Amino acid sequence: MKKRYLSTGNEACAEGALRAGCLFYAGYPITPQNELIAYMAVHMEGRGGVFIQSESELAAINMVLGSSAAGVRSMTSSSSPGISLKQEGISYMAGCELPGVIVNVMRGGPGLGNISAAQSDYFQATKGGGHGDYSVIVLAPANVQEMFDLTFDAFALADKYRTPVMILSDGMLGQMMEPLEFDEEIKPQGIIEKPWAMTGAANRSAQSIKSLYLGDGALEALNTKLQKKYEHIRTAECKSELYKCDDADIVLVAYGSIGRIARSSIDDLREKGIKAGLIRPITLWPFPYDEIKKVSKKAKKVLVIEMSAGQMVEDVRLAAEDDSKISFHGRTGGGVPTEKEIVEEVKELYA
Amino acid sequence: MPKFEKPRSMKDVATHYCPGCGHGLIHRLLCEVIDDLGVRETTVSVAPVGCAVLAYDYWDFDTMEAPHGRTPAVATGLKRVMPDKLVFTYQGDGDLAAIGTSEIIHAGNRGENISVIFVNNGVYGMTGGQMAPTTLKGQTTATSPHTRRVEKEGYPLKITEMMAVLDGVAYLERTSVDSYANIIKTKKAIEKCFRAQLEGKGFSMVEILSPCPTYWGMSPVESMERIRNEVVKEYPLGVIKG
Amino acid sequence: MKNKDKTRPVINKERCKGCGLCINVCPMGSLTSPGEVNKKGLRYAILKNEDKCTGCGMCAVICPDCAIEMREREKKS
Repeated sequence: MKKRYLSTGNEACAEGALRAGCLFYAGYPITPQNELIAYMAVHMEGRGGVFIQSESELAAINMVLGSSAAGVRSMTSSSSPGISLKQEGISYMAGCELPGVIVNVMRGGPGLGNISAAQSDYFQATKGGGHGDYSVIVLAPANVQEMFDLTFDAFALADKYRTPVMILSDGMLGQMMEPLEFDEEIKPQGIIEKPWAMTGAANRSAQSIKSLYLGDGALEALNTKLQKKYEHIRTAECKSELYKCDDADIVLVAYGSIGRIARSSIDDLREKGIKAGLIRPITLWPFPYDEIKKVSKKAKKVLVIEMSAGQMVEDVRLAAEDDSKISFHGRTGGGVPTEKEIVEEVKELYA
Repeated sequence: MPKFEKPRSMKDVATHYCPGCGHGLIHRLLCEVIDDLGVRETTVSVAPVGCAVLAYDYWDFDTMEAPHGRTPAVATGLKRVMPDKLVFTYQGDGDLAAIGTSEIIHAGNRGENISVIFVNNGVYGMTGGQMAPTTLKGQTTATSPHTRRVEKEGYPLKITEMMAVLDGVAYLERTSVDSYANIIKTKKAIEKCFRAQLEGKGFSMVEILSPCPTYWGMSPVESMERIRNEVVKEYPLGVIKG
Repeated sequence: MKNKDKTRPVINKERCKGCGLCINVCPMGSLTSPGEVNKKGLRYAILKNEDKCTGCGMCAVICPDCAIEMREREKKS
């Protein structure tokens, strides 16, 4: 039976994880993700899982590395500066092919920045972040419901591909409250056997989990295997939402919180007689290049809107055939492009 | 009792360690203990970054790798979700007492029910003999070419003594592998360390003074003598806690 | 000293790295290095004086490379 709750995005994310069968969470306090760690502290043990407030972000991601190696669905969360610290562990998880979910409730940077919402970790999330040739699946929720839904899905994706998955949220989305609905009877999805897990060498030979490959050509072989996996993910897991794109003269591209604001501005623009549409990437890696290419071909203009100095716009430029169609509107350091601002920007482009 | 043959828990392969290195000896001792306790099939260990990074090539039980110094955090994750397994870390002085200081202290303070085999040879072996936090005063290394001067490089870090003040720590002992008698004592200490975990007592650690003939610039026999004559003066042997 | 004459060190020549710890630890001085090298170019140890060996096993215990096993002496025919 479906039930409705009033929830913050951070709490919805935590509940989505618990419903997905996450039984291990380690985290460190940082604003604006604190509701998430607090929710886990309250609810994890009662559901038979393990909650640890770690001594650092480094320890948290490495605890997840350990529990995930034992075959348990595991998660950590943080906000931008903390995610920078976790990059070492994420790179090791990618190299060790360990599943796990990492939540980034983005705030302003660089450095300590501030605690307002931002989208300036797009490059870090989608282009690697840590050392080595690897990618993590990046999911970008745009409302509280998606904070739950995408986190729920993230665990199955992580297990299926033996890869870390990142939920790229932001401070606005994490802390806002709105209705959340899910089936009380919902069960974890995509549960699979993990014969690779470190569970002791009983009735099988001893095994190891590692990312060190010293032999001649051994590391190249691992990388070839990883790239093959990533190629498969690119073709199988790309997701985006298209809103009124069919007849659009001008197409907005925005994700997360801004995707949602941009969506409201589409209705406003249509009322003013401007044929506007929206592409909202849901997976930022893999990025929906094909979808954007298709839609941007028909459109006269493409406007990318972000809470950054312009990061995703680079991927949109890669996707679109005609670079001259593309323009960018961004705010940084906690600035949020408003619906009105977007409408004005579009009107200027349309003129 | 001393054993005179390769333990079951050790793979029948040659190690990559230099002649006279203490790692091979300590590997054998802990494998003997695992055999004696009958826990090979329920053991999960975490290897460090350092000379022992390839431990999984030598141990015939589940072993995983951790980023440098994060070894106790990885072990924490493993043990918390598998409380019935014997989980231990094997760490060098760089891994444990430099880059992983935070992780080891907090694992101890939480009273994580894990065991730690801490191999202290006072240098970074894998990277070419640089100064470690545990390097002795006056010792020359690749990065302390004018010897370790306390006014510039600080003092040898006695991390095991530091750990002793933590309430979560159940058992700490420092041993050495410089002589037959001390090797037998080391094996007993490893057994006590593992038993502490199996009995759910909390965090347990054995610090083992071990030779690095290659980067101490002396023969294996001289290295053992150095432990006896110099190293134990800075790092006295014995039970430190528990 | 029941085992006194029963066991002797058997040295795996190829596993031995020639560190010399066994030679040094032997209370009877019954081990030595003949100065020859194994396939890896390392000067391995041998049991020089079998009669002096008491089978105490200290050499096997101190060997860092599992290159020495104590085995029952083969009876000479």
